[in-house]
Amino acid sequence: MSSDTWLREDRLPHIFCAGCGNGTVINCTLSAVEAMGWRREDTVFVSGIGCSSRAPGYIATDSLHTTHGRALAFATGIRLANPDLHIVVLTGDGDLAAIGGNHFIHACRRNIDITVVCMNNLIYGMTGGQGSPTTPIGALSTTTPYGSGEPAFDLCGLAMAAGANFVARWTSYHVRELTRTILTGLETPGLSFIEALVQCPTNYGRRNRFRQVTDQIEYFRSHTMLVAKAERMKERGEQVPADMILTGEFVRRNRPALGVRP
Amino acid sequence: MTRIEFMQGNTACAEGALAAGCRFFGGYPITPSTEVAEHMALKLPKAGGVFIQMEDEIAGIASIIGASWTGVKAMTATSGPGFSLMMENIGYAVMTETPCVVVNIQRGGPSTGQPTMSGQGDMLQCRFGSQGDYSVIALCPASVQEMFDLTVDAFNLAERFRVPVFLMADEIIGHMREKLVIPDTVICEQRRALVPGSLPFRADDDLMPGFPAFGKGYGVHVTGLTHDERGYPCATSPTVHEDLVKRLVAKVESARTRIAAYDLINPDAETVFVSYGAPARTVMQLLHDNPGENIGHLRLKLVWPFAETLLGEFQNAETFIIPEQNLGQISREIERHVDVVVVPVPKLGGALHTPEELKAVMEEHQ
Repeated sequence: MSSDTWLREDRLPHIFCAGCGNGTVINCTLSAVEAMGWRREDTVFVSGIGCSSRAPGYIATDSLHTTHGRALAFATGIRLANPDLHIVVLTGDGDLAAIGGNHFIHACRRNIDITVVCMNNLIYGMTGGQGSPTTPIGALSTTTPYGSGEPAFDLCGLAMAAGANFVARWTSYHVRELTRTILTGLETPGLSFIEALVQCPTNYGRRNRFRQVTDQIEYFRSHTMLVAKAERMKERGEQVPADMILTGEFVRRNRPALGVRP
Repeated sequence: MTRIEFMQGNTACAEGALAAGCRFFGGYPITPSTEVAEHMALKLPKAGGVFIQMEDEIAGIASIIGASWTGVKAMTATSGPGFSLMMENIGYAVMTETPCVVVNIQRGGPSTGQPTMSGQGDMLQCRFGSQGDYSVIALCPASVQEMFDLTVDAFNLAERFRVPVFLMADEIIGHMREKLVIPDTVICEQRRALVPGSLPFRADDDLMPGFPAFGKGYGVHVTGLTHDERGYPCATSPTVHEDLVKRLVAKVESARTRIAAYDLINPDAETVFVSYGAPARTVMQLLHDNPGENIGHLRLKLVWPFAETLLGEFQNAETFIIPEQNLGQISREIERHVDVVVVPVPKLGGALHTPEELKAVMEEHQ
């Protein structure tokens, strides 16, 4: 990815903390966009509110940094009003699945031709580390000081059930896989949802036994399993460890989709 | 060719939007505004436009703001509960200077209130409902013809001032059926494009920056955060924030006498009615029924920004009487501009004031 093409270098330095995983996902996303051969003037990045949603501010395309949770609703308007534009929504777990949950499922139901990349850091990072809908049971945050007592959302399961054409998950450890998968998402008509688990050393890691940045990345390496492998294990009657995060493609299909150019 | 129709107010509003060049409607059905959406759903696809029913009113206004950034004219329509849901994104449209039109067919509130009955209780909400200091434009039609005409005006004002413009109608005007003359063509203003190479949020002398539509190579960043003239977030600079908010307010407020729209009758009268929307029709009836009496009438077609100089046109005024379908929302605005007696005539519940009621108030204060 060539940074002078895609980044607003006059906006640097950025706001992300040292060790943040968001930069990795931005890099993977821009590499995929570049591989598509999309032109800067035909591409729009849309986001809501949160750390991940600040990313479009550093990307040199037209970009719309909207209100909390509503990026997909704004993006729907752009997509339908001008079908010639390529639209990527950058969002986070709180933005997409908490305050924006309704827009998320309806965008998936419409299967609107937008690629959504969700940087899931399991926490509200920007506001100082409050629990989110993806904070795991037992995890510590400033609003779950005794450990989260709520079950977490499976964002990929949600997108699949609601009707997205393409659904996949990787992590900030899986740079090549993530880039390739975002590229597939960009190529697929209809709604493509890619969840990218990212480390948040400042507000998640340090409260949850990931003392170093690399500890959480190492966890992503050692606690992920390809969904295909997990399915093979189940077929053989073997137990998939309960703390395994499933990665890879969950669905690739061709439901009727909205906003796809004929 | 000019068409003459017998039409409902809400449908006339949709026809006005189409005539003004609206090509995107995103909304959510709500009584008593639904016919606006229904007519747009019927007509927009045939006009090469897009209609989409969103999942809620928050998404409705979000979708029209997104559409507007591609350069198209966009509209949504709603009523009280939906209007409340839209407030945050109305502020976003103000902050990002996004042209758009929001139609509110007002019903009785608060809360679910009276879905099928008329009200004017959202007049202050449309002016002040989103957080922070800002200014917007609000029009109030009093006939089916004005549902058409003022919707056209709303689009032109939105394009010119780059603000959300509100058509603050009420259930009575929205559901009334009257003669409507649809002209062959209407005046359609277009937002001024940004000169390539200039800063996207640097205002010209008229306090408005040119519009950098998406997809034209501007590479513009649009954010609801306080931003500098490049459009970049700059949320901790006191001067950048103060300059931006003051300009957003001034670009609308400084135009208030220039864009004022009103009917002014009997300017030498001592007793003056000030009205907007459905209650204006009762005042007109009162004047019609009492031709021998010198009754003044200021009928506002444009309520916000409030052009207080219009009140000064009534130099002999001793009493201003303001019938409203709320507890005196615009009466408060008038009270702060005049030194004479201001008599609010509030009426809630959905029924229109009767001419007899207004005559009794007038006689009581003569």
